[in-house]
Amino acid sequence: MKTIEAIQEELIEEFALFEDWMQRYEYMIDLGKSLPLIDTAFKNEDHIIKGCQSKVWVHADLKDELIHFTADSDAIITKGIIAILIRVFSNQPPKAILEANTDFIDKIGLKEHLSPTRANGLVSMIKQIKMYAVAYQTQLN
Amino acid sequence: MLDVKKIRADFPILSRKVNGQDLVYFDNAATSQTPQQVIDVIVDYYSRLNANIHRGVHKLSQEATDAYEEARIKIQKHFNAAQPYEIILTSGTTESINLIASGYSTILQTGDQLIISALEHHSNIVPWQMLCEKTGAELKVIPMTLEGTLDMQAYESLLTPKTKLVFVNHVSNALGTVNPIEEIITKAHAYGAKVLIDGAQACPHIKPDVQALDVDFYVTSAHKLCGPTGVGMLYGKTELLKALPPYQGGGEMIATVTFEKTTYADLPHKFEAGTPNIAGGIAFGAALDYMNGIGMDAIASYEAELLAYATAELKKIEGIKIFGEAVEKTAVISFNVGVQHPYDLGSILDQMGIAVRTGHHCAQPIMDFFEIPGTVRASFSFYNTFEEIDRLIAGVRKAVQMLQ
Repeated sequence: MKTIEAIQEELIEEFALFEDWMQRYEYMIDLGKSLPLIDTAFKNEDHIIKGCQSKVWVHADLKDELIHFTADSDAIITKGIIAILIRVFSNQPPKAILEANTDFIDKIGLKEHLSPTRANGLVSMIKQIKMYAVAYQTQLN
Repeated sequence: MLDVKKIRADFPILSRKVNGQDLVYFDNAATSQTPQQVIDVIVDYYSRLNANIHRGVHKLSQEATDAYEEARIKIQKHFNAAQPYEIILTSGTTESINLIASGYSTILQTGDQLIISALEHHSNIVPWQMLCEKTGAELKVIPMTLEGTLDMQAYESLLTPKTKLVFVNHVSNALGTVNPIEEIITKAHAYGAKVLIDGAQACPHIKPDVQALDVDFYVTSAHKLCGPTGVGMLYGKTELLKALPPYQGGGEMIATVTFEKTTYADLPHKFEAGTPNIAGGIAFGAALDYMNGIGMDAIASYEAELLAYATAELKKIEGIKIFGEAVEKTAVISFNVGVQHPYDLGSILDQMGIAVRTGHHCAQPIMDFFEIPGTVRASFSFYNTFEEIDRLIAGVRKAVQMLQ
C-alpha cells in the first residue's frame, strides 16, 4: 500500500510534465473517466455535496480497516477533481486520512479551485472525505 | 458610431491579463467595469472632500453635501423623475426592493394579492415571499413562454381588484428579455394596483423615463452602469413614498427626537438612515454622466450589433441551445452546448481569460422551467468588441472538443 504522501508526490510529478493549462485540464478530464463510480443507489440527497454549480456525490465504506471511496459528478472537470482526491485518499486507514495535509493541490496547479466562489470545489470535497474518516475512526476506536 | 478603441482606453481593467491572456470580460450583466472618469471621482472624494454630509457647518461637509445632492439631481434628470426627493439613494437594487417590501408589510392585509413574474431574480422573489408570510397576502406568478417572454394573457387573468402590487423586472437577468412594462403598468393601474419595476438589468442599455412610464416604483444599482458597488436607487412617486413608514431608524432620518416621540424627516431623508455611501453616491452621478456622454442610444444600437453577431456565430456551433430568444432583448446570451455542464465550459473559458457567468444566475425558477442545471451566460457591454466575440466562439469550440 502506497502512503498518501507517496501518491501525492506521484501526482505532483505527473502534473509537472504539463506545459500548459490545456494539457492539465485534458489530463483531469481523463482522470474523471477512471473515477470509481458511486453505486446509483447512493446517488441521493444523503451523499450529495451541496454546491452552487455542479453536483457531487461521495460514498465511503470501511473494509479491512481501510476506507474506500466512490463518487460521481454531473460536471466533467469536477469529476476529474474528485478522482484526484479519491486516488489520494481511497484505500487508506482513517487515521492517515485525518492526518494528511493537502498542500499538493497547490503544487499541481489546482489552487484556483480552492476559491470560495467555487462552492462545489475542493474545500467541501476534502471536508466530506475527512468527515467520513472521523466517523470511521470513531467506529474503530 | 462608437469609437470603441477610445472608449476601451477609459477602462484600466480591460488591459489586464487573466491566466496569461488578454481579458475578455463578458460578465457585464453581473457587474460592469468602471471607467477612469468614475474612479477619479472616488479618489477625488477621499482626497479632497471626505466629510459627513447634511450636518456639519464646516466647509468640507458643505462641499461633500453639495456633491452628494448634485448626484441625486443627476440621477433625477437621467430617469426624469419629477422631484429630486423622489430619488432615494440605497445600497442597491436589493435594498431598494426590501425597503418597499418592508413598508408594505404595514399596509397589506390578508387576502390582498401580489403579482410577480416567472422571470425574476431571487432578489425580486424572496422579499415578496417574506412579505406574504408576514401579511397573509397571496403571491401569484405570471408564467413564461418557451421563448422566455411573459404570458401577457395570463397576466391579465391574474389581475383582480384585490391585486395591490405588481413586481416585474424591466429586463430578465438570466435571459435578457425586455418585458413590456408599459402594458404591465397600464393594466395594473386599471385595477388600482401599484407597480415596482426592477431596472437592474435594463439601465445599462435603456434609459427609462419614469414619468412617461407612469411607474410607481423603479429600482436599480449603480454597479451595472459603470458606477461603484454598494449604491443604488429607489424612485417612487411622492405620495406613495410619503405613505410608507421609514425603513430603518437612525440618524439622518429624523426631524426631532425625544424619548416620548420622534418625528421623521421629509423625503428623501426619511428613508436614508445613517451615514450613506457618500463617495458611491457621487460616483453614481459621475457614471451616469459618463454613459450619457457616450449616449444611451448609441450604446443600445452598438450592443444590438454585438448581440446579433454573437447569436449568429454561436448558432453555428453544433449542439448549441440558446435560452431566451425574445424579439426584444438586451445584449445577453444564455446558452448550453449539447450535454456539457455549464460549469465545465465556464472553467475552461476562464483558463482562456474569458469571463462568463455560469450557473443558475440567481433565477432558479427559470432553470427549473427549462429543466437545466444552469447556463453559460455571456453578456456584452459597449466596450466589448467583435474580436472578443470571435475569441468566445473559438473558446467554446475548443472547450467542447476538450470535454468530448
